[in-house]
Amino acid sequence: MSNLFEFACRMGDNSLVLGHRVSEWCGVAPVLEEDIALANIALDLIGQTQLWLGLAAEIEGSDRDADALAFRRDVWDFRNLLLVEQPNRDFGHTMMRQFLFDAWHFEMLGALKGSDHTQISAIAEKSLKEVTYHLERSTDTVIALGDGTEESHNRMQNALDRLWPYVGEMFLNDDCDHIDTSSLRPAFDARLADVLGQATLVQPDSTFTHKGGKTGARHTEALGHMLAVMQSLPRAYPDAKW
Amino acid sequence: MVVEKPTVTQIWKWLDNVPDPEIPVISLVDLGIIRDVQWQGDTLEITVTPTYSGCPATSIINLDIELAMTGHGIKNLSLKRQLSPAWTTDWLSEKGRSKLETYGIAPPQTAGGPDRCPHCQSTDVQRISQFGSTPCKAQWRCADCLEPFDYFKCI
Repeated sequence: MSNLFEFACRMGDNSLVLGHRVSEWCGVAPVLEEDIALANIALDLIGQTQLWLGLAAEIEGSDRDADALAFRRDVWDFRNLLLVEQPNRDFGHTMMRQFLFDAWHFEMLGALKGSDHTQISAIAEKSLKEVTYHLERSTDTVIALGDGTEESHNRMQNALDRLWPYVGEMFLNDDCDHIDTSSLRPAFDARLADVLGQATLVQPDSTFTHKGGKTGARHTEALGHMLAVMQSLPRAYPDAKW
Repeated sequence: MVVEKPTVTQIWKWLDNVPDPEIPVISLVDLGIIRDVQWQGDTLEITVTPTYSGCPATSIINLDIELAMTGHGIKNLSLKRQLSPAWTTDWLSEKGRSKLETYGIAPPQTAGGPDRCPHCQSTDVQRISQFGSTPCKAQWRCADCLEPFDYFKCI
């Protein structure tokens, strides 16, 4: 499989898996405005998935389209970061996961916008506008909840501690990456320090990182359960039209 | 019999009569998503850019364009999707902006929020949520007339 195909799958699987995770809040979020916001973010991410997996399918040049890639691959073929497949848990945990991903996604798309591959740069340019908006909201929410009540503060700190071992994978780099992802770390770290400071949260000092999501070597248990739900309909009724 | 092809200007006028499926007071041309119209031989090529990449209206918009063009006797139509340059609310027409406000949706402002309530024109407005009923809108309210209203996000 070509490096470019792998890369397009990485980008598309990140937005697909996180988009599906976020959509799990639809109808059950803490308040109506948050419900609508989460559903809208999920929609943006699924839209970006269509672009990235559409590109992957085009690069592959076989008979698979974006839908086939999304619904007919199993866990071992997914190339998303371990961070995005982590379960939603509580609202604070969901928003911390969103902030950590948005802060990386923002830098990543900014770098990809300058690619000389015209399709990659066009998708990045389009997605960056949406992700800028996502980042603004997740930043505000992390600060409000971190610097909120004792209860909300503790939940946000717990979320950060739990998710921290999944941050490092975003900056691991290999030949399949279209740009050097490790170069995004300084800007990410600077933003993180600023936001966590305002949120009165403490960055864990461990540098340990789980890995294996973006290479497909080993996903966490969570992904299989998620795909079982996400793919059940197209697998039960292959090629159904409505 | 030789049938003359409609001019590109005529086609733009037809497209300006195709309403946005979510906000029917403005047309697809007002929305700024029609990027190009041209004849390639006997095929009419219309270039469309999406507003938001996941907007469910995108497929309806393509269908509406096809229906409108077929209705005007266009037989060979090709719809092209263009992602770059990415859609911006700067492309909303002046006509579209004023129609939005009359309809009760505050038009986008570079300041990032509405300059006044579309119902009573008060400038005392507050944000309820950065997101709203469609990807292109946010929810605001007026502290004077107390009405909630949609704001067309500026991107």
